[in-house]
Amino acid sequence: MNYSDYLVQSITWRQVLLIAVLAVPAVGAGVVALFPSRAERLARIVATGFAGVTFLLALLLPVGGTLPRGWFSYGTLSIAGSGMLAIPWIDYRVSWVPALHVDFHLGVDGVSYPLVVLTALLTLLCCAYTIWKVPEGGSGRTLVALLLVLEVGILGTFLALDLVLFFLFFEVVLLPMYAVIAGWGGDRRRAAARKFVLYTLFGSVVLLLGVLTVVAAAGTGDLLALHGGAGLSRTTQCVAFALFAVAFAVKAPLWPLHSWLPDAHTQAPTVGSVILAGVLLKMGTYGLIRIGVGVAPQGAAWASPALGVLAAAAILAGSLICLRQTELKRLIAYSSVGHMGFVLLGIATLTVTGLQAALLGNVAHGLITGLLFFLAGAVKDRTHTGELAELSGLREAAPRLAGLLGFAAIASLGLPGLAGFWGEAFAVVGAVQRGGPLWVTLAVLAAIGGALTAAYFLRLLRRVTQGPATPVVRLASPAIAGAEWLAWAPLIVLVLAVGLAPGLVLVATSTPMLALTGAP
Amino acid sequence: MIDHVALLPLYAAGGTALLALIAELAVGKRAAVFGSVLLGALATAVCAIVVGGHHAATFCSAAGVCSWAPSPPAVVATVLFAGLTAGVLALSVPALRLGVAPPGEFCFLLASSMAGGVVVGYAGDLITLIVGLETLTLPLYVLVGLRRFAPRERVSTAGASASVTFFLISVISTAIALLGAALNYAATGALHLSRLVGGFGPAAPVAGVGVALLVVGFAFKVAAVPLHAWAPPTYDGAPVPVAAYLSTASKLGGVLALAAVVSRLEAGPVTAVLAVLTMTVGNLVALRQTRMVRLLAWSSVAQAGYILAALALGAAGIRAAIAYAVFFVVLEFIAFGVVVALRPAGADGGEIVGYRGAGRRSPWPGAALVLALAGLAGLPPGLAGLFAKVTVVDALIDRGWGWLAGVVALNAVIALAYYVRAAAVLYSSAPRVGIAVADPDLLDAATHPRLPVTAPVAAALIAAAAVAVALGFVPQLLFTSLT
Repeated sequence: MNYSDYLVQSITWRQVLLIAVLAVPAVGAGVVALFPSRAERLARIVATGFAGVTFLLALLLPVGGTLPRGWFSYGTLSIAGSGMLAIPWIDYRVSWVPALHVDFHLGVDGVSYPLVVLTALLTLLCCAYTIWKVPEGGSGRTLVALLLVLEVGILGTFLALDLVLFFLFFEVVLLPMYAVIAGWGGDRRRAAARKFVLYTLFGSVVLLLGVLTVVAAAGTGDLLALHGGAGLSRTTQCVAFALFAVAFAVKAPLWPLHSWLPDAHTQAPTVGSVILAGVLLKMGTYGLIRIGVGVAPQGAAWASPALGVLAAAAILAGSLICLRQTELKRLIAYSSVGHMGFVLLGIATLTVTGLQAALLGNVAHGLITGLLFFLAGAVKDRTHTGELAELSGLREAAPRLAGLLGFAAIASLGLPGLAGFWGEAFAVVGAVQRGGPLWVTLAVLAAIGGALTAAYFLRLLRRVTQGPATPVVRLASPAIAGAEWLAWAPLIVLVLAVGLAPGLVLVATSTPMLALTGAP
Repeated sequence: MIDHVALLPLYAAGGTALLALIAELAVGKRAAVFGSVLLGALATAVCAIVVGGHHAATFCSAAGVCSWAPSPPAVVATVLFAGLTAGVLALSVPALRLGVAPPGEFCFLLASSMAGGVVVGYAGDLITLIVGLETLTLPLYVLVGLRRFAPRERVSTAGASASVTFFLISVISTAIALLGAALNYAATGALHLSRLVGGFGPAAPVAGVGVALLVVGFAFKVAAVPLHAWAPPTYDGAPVPVAAYLSTASKLGGVLALAAVVSRLEAGPVTAVLAVLTMTVGNLVALRQTRMVRLLAWSSVAQAGYILAALALGAAGIRAAIAYAVFFVVLEFIAFGVVVALRPAGADGGEIVGYRGAGRRSPWPGAALVLALAGLAGLPPGLAGLFAKVTVVDALIDRGWGWLAGVVALNAVIALAYYVRAAAVLYSSAPRVGIAVADPDLLDAATHPRLPVTAPVAAALIAAAAVAVALGFVPQLLFTSLT
């Protein structure tokens, strides 16, 4: 081992771009954290600048490749024994810790790209929102620095093509998210933050066991080399998949491992909730697709009925719990359990349709729930309460806000033409395609859960928009600030855009998905 | 024929102790004494690096077995011992300036302890190993209790009782280890580490008991449960910098001694049992601690459990165990260093609630403590700690000890509960006082003034934090230097 091993011979500008997507927010976090406390507001503006640059860089990722098909540069490679392999658009690898088989290996392809852009977008919106309003509890400068660190961790998780590196980035988000909840959250923030961090660390250590099981068996952590379970026996794959499934089920979260989520969401500040629901949960579902199904396909096939049953249970349980919720943010949090159930059902089918539905559901949930939490935060800021019973008559007092809440709720319940529809509908279609009595039953149950989703969102809307205005609602200011429009508008537009043209998200996923499912 | 070049690190370390004593007598100035120890520690580290880990062994018998065996881990350990000695001295400077301990004696004892550590690293036979370990520990009995009180100061016997506890337990553990070595020698005739073998024939049970006693004797030094009870009261009663030395250098010595034994003799089951007990009990008891140094003490007990888990693998786990010990020692030193920095000179560690808001008042030490606690919990930003955990779990899974890896993983979750509590206290806002106050923050700032961090403490912390960050980003440096 000598220093030349650390040196990279030549890297292309696209690889520089890939690294910059991670480096810019990391540098930004450092710069902002070093700002003096006098320059509070300037620090937040600078952080937003860094988040903006990251977003632009993320948008540029597909540009400039060789263009074999359409405007995306992906292709497949047939490898004897492991079927097709999807080649990432950009790929950067350098040896990091040879003693532990760790490479610093990043890459982006059609599966990760939509989530990368979503992460960069939501972080940008949250930073911009924080310029306008800092939640009580600490300095805004520290909050935006933590948001940028979170962004590094989440982007790194989506970009990592090495198992140990994936685990490392997976861990990066734990403490910053804890700090965001514990520092800027509601009244019972300490307990909620502690529950979040311990629960998710439990998921992480199980992930570590799974990752090292695979690395020990295969002698490498390279996701491209491990694709299709290359070099892993069936037993190893089953053990590894079981560990991965538990780890990602905590993060996603999958019923019955979801109980950290409602508390964390209820107590977190608005921007924390947006990041948490919008992209942090996606690390779990993305990991299940990329690592669970990608590295241990035989294990996935073995466990898919159990996963499907749990997913259907999550959909039903999430919807039924939501019907009884009386607090706005808690209701949205529990609705996430149901929505992530659809995503997991899609993954569990192991069909191309199901997996694509899962990806679409991921992105749609990120957009819609991000928007819902922004709106819930706006309602709570104005009325200082989240109790549904005290929010009736919002339509009269603040018609625009109520209208937007209605839009987001309808999008979330899966109205065709809005983003939420495709993921949920095609998860059900995927389950039917899988065939057999079990999967058809699960599809029916999921569809019933979808109907219940409509029921509780309509209940929410009836509570919030109908009825006489309560005193707190009457005192609420109806005006929506420019910063709020700025933060919400991109989400509203994208909810419509993805709803009308889901191909935007799926355009480059069919090849990686075919490779994952091993279909011809 | 003795190869004196191979002995250079020991000469440098022993010379440091003498130099400190002479400097005290001849010059009589504190600065000269401190300077001589710093210089000596630096010389020790440089000698170890220059001589290198692949230098030929010396003190060899006619049969070709040697008592002084340079090896890459020995070099790493020597550099660490030297660094820790210099660091602990730097942490002690504020207290020594106050005159709570005579500087000459303090420095002499500290440097003697360093010399013992060097011997442990290079030892090639069991007697040298145990003598080295005793030389490492003996000065610490005195250092733990070495405390002068000002004429009107309230005299506390905490230090003296800590010292006696430590002394009694340590002597017993040495006796046990010696008995183990003797039994093993009686059964197999082997004293040199390279000749250690398991017993056979009718002597096998005797040899087995000998190995178990050796492991138990050394396990006292690393404070493994159920042989841990001395550690928390001793750490808490000792001056904080000496507690830092106990939980880093002294523990490292124990780990090296254990590694020397378990890598050659079959001690897997007993070490695995000790490991499970140590990490579980350490973490569970740490959950209930209210004093800072006790919390760190119990966490350091638990951390020893992770090292023992790797040692249970025998020769296959040595690299992981030593790597973990190095990562741990650096992070633990930072944690104790921040305690020194945040407390008045010469004060004890205090209650955890006393640190409320300290991270807001002193952002840099606060950040360093967060780095250290996150690292001890195995989470970013303490990447060094994360790689430490990965190393141990990787070694365990690689050897098919998945169940023990699972125990380690679950313990990491329990441990986070108290690390995160300690770290969160640093940033929590001022407590409500019973009376109505216009500006609670102002009152809090008045009652909890921000203490200036003295230059030596700051320098030690910066250096340690730099090492921790470097090890976090380039852990391969450590793995390369261990082989």
